[in-house]
Amino acid sequence: MIRVEQLSVRVGQFALEDASLEVPTGEHAFLMGKTGTGKTTLLEAVCGLRPIRKGRVRLMGEDVTHLAPGRRGIGFVPQDGALFSHLTVREHLTFALTVRQWPRADLEARVAELAEWLGLEPLLGRRPAGLSGGEAQRVALGRALSFRPPILCLDEPLSALDEETRAEMCGVLRTVRAHTGVTILHITHSLAEARKLADRILVLKDGRITLDGKPENSTRPPGAD
Amino acid sequence: MSRTPPPHSGGAPGAGSDRAFWVCLWLLSGVYLVLVVAMLLADASFTSPAHFWRALQSREIQYAIKLSLLSCSLTTILSLWVAVPIGYLMSRRQFPGKRLLDAILDIPIVLPPLVIGLSLLILLQTPPGRALERVVPITYAIPSVILAQFMVACAFAVRTLRATFDQISPRQEQVALTLGCRRSQAFWLVVLPEAKRGVLTAATLAWARSLGEFGPILIFSGATRMKTEVLPTTVFLELSVGNIEAAVAVSLLMVGAAVAVLLVIRFYGSETSLAKAC
Repeated sequence: MIRVEQLSVRVGQFALEDASLEVPTGEHAFLMGKTGTGKTTLLEAVCGLRPIRKGRVRLMGEDVTHLAPGRRGIGFVPQDGALFSHLTVREHLTFALTVRQWPRADLEARVAELAEWLGLEPLLGRRPAGLSGGEAQRVALGRALSFRPPILCLDEPLSALDEETRAEMCGVLRTVRAHTGVTILHITHSLAEARKLADRILVLKDGRITLDGKPENSTRPPGAD
Repeated sequence: MSRTPPPHSGGAPGAGSDRAFWVCLWLLSGVYLVLVVAMLLADASFTSPAHFWRALQSREIQYAIKLSLLSCSLTTILSLWVAVPIGYLMSRRQFPGKRLLDAILDIPIVLPPLVIGLSLLILLQTPPGRALERVVPITYAIPSVILAQFMVACAFAVRTLRATFDQISPRQEQVALTLGCRRSQAFWLVVLPEAKRGVLTAATLAWARSLGEFGPILIFSGATRMKTEVLPTTVFLELSVGNIEAAVAVSLLMVGAAVAVLLVIRFYGSETSLAKAC
């Protein structure tokens, strides 16, 4: 479960005030809202990448408000994937596991498992420069899932993809959920994407969650009054 | 509804030939390029392979080559050791007095070289400087050559590396942090490998700057043969005794090193970082 309680974060002149939300365990929640409403700031605060001025973040029942990002158990996929240009796809999948000093056999087994789910087998030896947009996002997703985090935070991972690749990635996200039961907080501007995948849609407006509901009830674009 | 004609009836905007503009640009660029190439050709035509070979046989010049290679390499290592953390801090952190620190870091670049040498000489005459000299003799000894080279080379390395780190998205470090890295692990495992072309450029630039350094070395290290003589000192000393052939031969050696540096940066380094640093 992701639980954000009256969170206040300041980034330069921008302030997110008293934002609260809850995503039950195993659900895929979409965070929507106009550009500049603080969706990414909120997601980064949940991941531990922004200092929190006030409020609490609880993940799977544990208060992680002041915990380092690496100890929160969150897989993070930013908008551009942010792949490491000097590493191969295989090295991306093993990065978090090497940091955690997993035994070599477990590491190889995990790479094989992720490569199969995400269709990365033929790409394991490539570097990011040789990947298409969809392939790069699948690698970023694999890297985020590699250490079996209970929570996944996705910041518009499909926004730069064409329609066909986006549909394919929606399928990949369904597969991931089916295999892992991971709780997902996912930022998007696409209501169609949210309708396809969401258990819950949250709309952020003026620094607060103004709508928290099921996708079938969300017929208007996010942020519309 | 009829439209009012424009008050001035000149040609249509954008009409006319751009030829004169391009010709002017080519002429001005050509003058400078011709000057650079002519200068190098003049150097080459002033000497012969025999002169060049004879100059290289000289014990003094061999010493100068060895000291130059050694001091430039040590200076490069020291510069990177200091410039990597400074460049990273300046690129990633906001802190009070950052603009002042930024200006201080540029001082060795804008200061006249002779003034750097004189300032180092005075610094080593202060009580802490004298205390240091009692432990390690610096002034007019080999360490002074390295210190004089380091003062200027490091400033260029800092600028190059800051530009390099500015180009690397902080997103990659943030992802590394969420993957379980501490800040130091994110730096060693992600940032530094991502910056390797910039690091190579900074190292090459620092090496080249050190090789050409003369003013601070003349003041701070002196121009003593077989002691503090580096290649620019050799050029100066050979010229001062009228041995122009040897001076030109050593100059051509330095031209060769400069061309090698340019090739390394062009093929393996980051030209963007270089452009922002110089």
